[in-house]
Amino acid sequence: MIRVVLPAHLKNLAHVTGEVRVEVAGPPTQREVLDALEAAYPMLRGTIRDRHSGARRPFVRFYACERDLSHEPPDAPLPEEVVVGKEPFIVLGAMAGG
Amino acid sequence: MSIVRVLVGTRKGAFLLTSDERRRDWTVDGPHFGGWEIYHLTGSPVAPDRLYASQSGGWFGQLIQRSDDGGRSWAPVGNDFAYAGDVGEHLWYDGTPRPWEFKRIWHLEPSRHDPDTVYAGAEDAALYVSTDGGEKWTELTALRQHPSGPGWQPGAGGMCLHTIILDPVHRDRIYVAISAAGAFRSDDGGASWLPINKGLRSAEIPDQDSETGHCVHRLAQHPSRPDTLFMQKHWDVMRTDDAGGSWREVSGDLPSDFGFPIAVHAHEPETIYVVPITSDSLHYPPDGRLRVYRSRTGGEHWEPLTEGLPQSHCYVNVLRDAMAVDTLDECGIYFGTSGGQVYHSADAGDSWAPIVRDLPPVLSVEVQVLP
Repeated sequence: MIRVVLPAHLKNLAHVTGEVRVEVAGPPTQREVLDALEAAYPMLRGTIRDRHSGARRPFVRFYACERDLSHEPPDAPLPEEVVVGKEPFIVLGAMAGG
Repeated sequence: MSIVRVLVGTRKGAFLLTSDERRRDWTVDGPHFGGWEIYHLTGSPVAPDRLYASQSGGWFGQLIQRSDDGGRSWAPVGNDFAYAGDVGEHLWYDGTPRPWEFKRIWHLEPSRHDPDTVYAGAEDAALYVSTDGGEKWTELTALRQHPSGPGWQPGAGGMCLHTIILDPVHRDRIYVAISAAGAFRSDDGGASWLPINKGLRSAEIPDQDSETGHCVHRLAQHPSRPDTLFMQKHWDVMRTDDAGGSWREVSGDLPSDFGFPIAVHAHEPETIYVVPITSDSLHYPPDGRLRVYRSRTGGEHWEPLTEGLPQSHCYVNVLRDAMAVDTLDECGIYFGTSGGQVYHSADAGDSWAPIVRDLPPVLSVEVQVLP
């Protein structure tokens, strides 16, 4: 199971508190995790990635293991600590706006 | 006794303001969707507890929320707003071509006949329709693909389709307005469109006879006179009596004819309301005095309405979707400001009072009268 931390607005939208956990079929990648997340919580479609291009929305970031994975290819393997559930995959809103 | 429900969209959430028909004591419910921009919140004319909200934000994009119980509970519905077919290009501010890019839904217009049918106006300008309560959205492509489309340019607020009027008599007639492309009419349910901008004059464009390029801020119609439309343009208040075939200016003696909203009295089709704003570079009322102007003659002759409104040191704006009228016998007028006040008048504008003073900046105001 992959642990995912969502920003507050998306937790409210998905009606969840705390971390969510998703299971991915293949080798865990950003794309697999986000596909599984959107399958479990359809209301999140379009909020993290553009619905058509699949691109990360500009003010959304992905962190894990104290690293910024936002610019990693979506099919790159996630860190082993995320894969084994030791560390969460963090989705967050960039520090911008008011 | 009837219930009056005012639906308020703000920069940081939605609010529902409720009173009985005396409109003296109000309850304030909200924020719903706290922290999100609610560009528009409105209800179905045929099923008033069916509400739709356009929820958006810079981080997480566009959502549409629907309530079937008058706003007590909400659920997100479809947010897949795709440009159909060839996306094409329009002109950017600097005159260079740029592909259409979806940014947000500015306005939702539920059908007069079917609670599951609702239209949505987008930035970049496009018109969508859903016939299943907002789950699935289909673009009415003929508007964006009008031959003039590649020449459309955004106004300062973006290239937004902000006004949708579903004609109360001609069932297939739709009016829309786009900043800064102008006004358009369809007589076949959106299958084809006619620019209706003849008679508009805009110093901001070089060709005064251009069929598009005018920055229309808002259109308003009285249901008893469907061929008469009133327009608040960037500058100028205009009217047409032939369904947009030609327009004439009715700014008359207004202190400024720049502004955003325009509204028509519920029972007097020649009584109209605007909120003059100083200029396009000074988005606040002339002389720091917040005045609604009323014309009982369909324009030209205007009277300031000031009782209960701040008459000094007031520098708020009133946006295009932030004025509404109710249908009670003594027509109520409502508007929201960029300073977070929602004012109402229970006597057609003669006197005003705030319902709330400290909401986030108000983007939209609608009102429902419930039996």
